[in-house]
Amino acid sequence: MQLIACPWCGPREEVEFTYGGQAHVPYPDDPAALSDEQWAHYVFFRDNTKGRFAERWNHSAGCRRWFNAVRDTTSYRFQRVYRVDDPKPVTP
Amino acid sequence: MSPRIPGADLPEHPDALWRNPEPKRSYDVVIVGGGGHGLATAHYLAKNHGITNVAVLEKGWLAGGNMARNTTIIRSNYLWDESSGIYEHSLKLWEGLEEDLGYPILFSQRGVLNLAHTLQDVRDSVRRVEANKLNGVDAEWVEPDEVRKICPVVNTSTDIRYPVLGATYQPRAGIAKHDYVAWGFARRASEAGIDLIQDCEVTGFTTQGDRVTGVRTSRGDIAAGTVALCAAGHTSVLTDMLGIRVPVQSHPLQALVSELLEPVHPTVVMSNAVHVYVSQAHKGELVMGAGVDSYNGYGQRGAFHIIERQMAAAVELFPVFARAHLLRTWGGIVDVSPDASPIVGRTPYENVYLNCGWGTGGFKATPGIGWALAHTLAHDEPHPLVAPFSLDRFVTGALVDEHGAAAVAH
Repeated sequence: MQLIACPWCGPREEVEFTYGGQAHVPYPDDPAALSDEQWAHYVFFRDNTKGRFAERWNHSAGCRRWFNAVRDTTSYRFQRVYRVDDPKPVTP
Repeated sequence: MSPRIPGADLPEHPDALWRNPEPKRSYDVVIVGGGGHGLATAHYLAKNHGITNVAVLEKGWLAGGNMARNTTIIRSNYLWDESSGIYEHSLKLWEGLEEDLGYPILFSQRGVLNLAHTLQDVRDSVRRVEANKLNGVDAEWVEPDEVRKICPVVNTSTDIRYPVLGATYQPRAGIAKHDYVAWGFARRASEAGIDLIQDCEVTGFTTQGDRVTGVRTSRGDIAAGTVALCAAGHTSVLTDMLGIRVPVQSHPLQALVSELLEPVHPTVVMSNAVHVYVSQAHKGELVMGAGVDSYNGYGQRGAFHIIERQMAAAVELFPVFARAHLLRTWGGIVDVSPDASPIVGRTPYENVYLNCGWGTGGFKATPGIGWALAHTLAHDEPHPLVAPFSLDRFVTGALVDEHGAAAVAH
């Protein structure tokens, strides 16, 4: 089973984690000002990158904290894990 | 004595079922994706609309993606009118497909049971049965003793973790031989003069204003009058090139087969709550599908614990399977939409049509969507059967929310 390195707990088995989808999708600053189209894009549309993808994970059966990761969606290999308030890292 | 060529004494390979042409520089219609949907669309373009200046571009080999990786379940017992419309149309086409294609597809209408394990499952199932009847779809609610009669190997005892409280039953549902289906469509399309071009990856598009003028491929540029995207899990890769955002997420979806067994399983059984769906293929292997892996993935493989969970569910429901050996597992890439319904129709480019978002259930739709998409391309207007599945429903809010409602296992 793939091990995922929780930034707080270290490497743990994949079954302990829950996937949270694309990272760095901010809640709109002024939701009421959005058009229907902009709102639809915030609610329903996410990147579906083939390759390196910055995404959210939750260590749901461990420390229960959220973190972000850059993972390759073709090899499933994790390249970086980082705190949710850190900027998206530049990976080689 | 000269060295012998290995295999020289074997019989000749049978005649190919389709031509393998060099791409021309221009086509009226270019279909991107040579899987079931792309090939079916090509067939119906030729058969129903006389449009044959068509290319189907496939980056690998024909029908080597999800078409070769599904569990071949065919049914139309979806909840909402829009869904039962397209899936029931598809099922009717399945019923005449062998004759239409002139090719055996081993379509076997052995029925599907969708098990209910909780009182809420029961209520939802009965509601779906009534909705199906109103839409002219054959459906009935069956009690546990009837489940036992239809499929004796299901464990209907009351003391299991997820007891069977009943099931919906669609007798006209069934399975087919997926490769033969693809080959049948490919053969007919090729005979009609449509070029099926394998090993031809689309690497970009040429555009002029709000029209696409052609596709760039690994085998050169090809001009196109109309473009249809039938690339399933790789749809986003194409739409990213076009700068169109499409709300699908690509996930691994795994399935597996057991070794060949004597006939023990006469129908198709699906269970959402414990998350397994099972049928027995003609040769005798048990074919079982799982839910999707949670994370996005383009790797055509998934995590082992998903299989483990799926096997636990299978053995709970079918104790007789406990000693069967697993022969092979595999994964496909399914493009899942927010409302678990497909996305078909117009894009911001006026001559580009989208066909994606079929998620875990695209196989059953193969003839139906081929038929409706061909009509859409021929008339440059979404056919009423696919019109509700437009991309702009995510802006208007007219979703076709089949999550759970449709006995869809996600």
